[in-house]
Amino acid sequence: MKGLLAVFRKELADHFSSYRFVILFALIAMVSLITAYMAGVTLRENLAGIAKPRFVFLMLFNTAGALFSLVQFVAFFGPLVGLVLGFDAVNRERTQGTLIKLLTQPVFRDAVINGKFLAGVATIAVMLTGIVLVVSGIGLATLGIVPGLEELLRLTFYLIISIFYIAFWLGAAMLFSILFRSIPTSALASVAFWIFLSFFVSMGAEALADAVAPVNRSQGVAREALLRNARIRDRVRLGSPMVLYSQASATLIDPLRNTTRAVVLMGPRERISARRFQGPLPLGQSLLVIGPHLAALVAMTLVCFGVSYTVFMVQEIRA
Amino acid sequence: MGGTSVIETSRLTKRYGRLPVVEALDVRIREGEVYGFLGPNGAGKSTTLLMLLGLTRPSSGTASVCGLDPTRDARRIKERVGYLPENVGFYDELTARESLEYMAELNGIGRGESRARIREALETVGLDEDEVRGKTVGAFSRGMKQRLGIAEVLVKEPRVLFLDEPTLGLDPDGARRIVELVGRLNRERGITVLLSSHQLEQVQRVSTRVAMMVRGRLVAEGAIDDLAGDRFGVGGGSATLEEVYMKHFQESGS
Repeated sequence: MKGLLAVFRKELADHFSSYRFVILFALIAMVSLITAYMAGVTLRENLAGIAKPRFVFLMLFNTAGALFSLVQFVAFFGPLVGLVLGFDAVNRERTQGTLIKLLTQPVFRDAVINGKFLAGVATIAVMLTGIVLVVSGIGLATLGIVPGLEELLRLTFYLIISIFYIAFWLGAAMLFSILFRSIPTSALASVAFWIFLSFFVSMGAEALADAVAPVNRSQGVAREALLRNARIRDRVRLGSPMVLYSQASATLIDPLRNTTRAVVLMGPRERISARRFQGPLPLGQSLLVIGPHLAALVAMTLVCFGVSYTVFMVQEIRA
Repeated sequence: MGGTSVIETSRLTKRYGRLPVVEALDVRIREGEVYGFLGPNGAGKSTTLLMLLGLTRPSSGTASVCGLDPTRDARRIKERVGYLPENVGFYDELTARESLEYMAELNGIGRGESRARIREALETVGLDEDEVRGKTVGAFSRGMKQRLGIAEVLVKEPRVLFLDEPTLGLDPDGARRIVELVGRLNRERGITVLLSSHQLEQVQRVSTRVAMMVRGRLVAEGAIDDLAGDRFGVGGGSATLEEVYMKHFQESGS
């Protein structure tokens, strides 16, 4: 434990004092502030003169300002935070000759990797919490509405999901920093991994669905064939953490969404179920809807870190 | 000099795949001695040190450091052994004091205790606290960094020191100061030192006994004069380690 705390404190201090963190935080804070402000202004204009919906405060997070909503922004740029914090976590120590120094101290070997991962997660948590608080402040100023308890709880769960989502990318980047001795190579591998999982999986899902269950659109579309195609595509797309996170966070932030899927792709059974929900879902129900997504996201994060941990632990130190 | 052995190896072997790096090494290092570990690059010296610290698993054979087995009690060995690796690295953005505080924290030394130990370690290696205050390690000269490396090792108050090429890249004055420091630590604190180096003259100045390794094999071991007289017949009692070393290489055709 003593080693873990020492490494954790050192890494946390490194993150917060690095230019890398300051630049990244400034960039994300700036985009978040602009997005939140524009969303606030849009909402104020659209809601003028009508009764305000119950969860108007949460709309700040899922209403697109100029280009995208805050939830979409975190889904897209969040991975970069994780990758930037982790791509040189271990190989930097190896390159500068400090890894061997750490490993010859009387600490358990896993204290090094655990301390680094936890410090990264803590940094992500501080960054996200700070942004959510600032956006909430802007919301209070522009909309003049105080969030209710359920909205606060939804935001808390949203924060937890976001932390796990970015921690997945942190774990992946750390894995590359263990596998590759060269820092530029691990940076490149991390970015390639992000591009593959975030964009190519969706494209691949489309191609796979069309190959397995082709839909001949020129001869009129059979409903069953279309549903089968959509089902395959959606299932494959769930292999992407970005899709998992986007669907889960959108459902959580918008209580009126009662499924993680798009309405046009709902099956008959879901359509019947959907009619039961005329009003917003209670928080517990929203959590149930996103339960599988949440479990998959947490599992992906743990597996990713678990692989990093195992590789680091079995890697031999050579002269 | 005490007869208790601090380090013992028995047929210690390390292979990477089928390539032998250390082969059937048998050494016994007594408490309180400075033991020179010699050999060309790739002789297996550093790998031996890593095996003794439990960082690399031996392929076969056994080792004991301070009475502990490196494959099972690596953490306890690291509490007792200070290791200064070849080309030791530093966190360039930290000051000397911060680096030492980090090492103390990793060794579980409390804040109050670590303050006293850090002051003492800096004094021992000849780093003036006023001179290094507020200066990051990145701005240190090579010699200052090497002395800081030894100070980091001393913070844990080790029984045994493993020094791997501690004078590498230093100017003559810097190298002399390090060698003197090693001798002083051995004399005044009774620290057992395992000194791996190419600098034969420096090793001869402080070592009581030496071992020579070539291609993973121990080819000679003993007091320098014994090796010179009994084995190679050079020097007539005043042989330099370099003469012994070269004689051996001529003999083995290396």
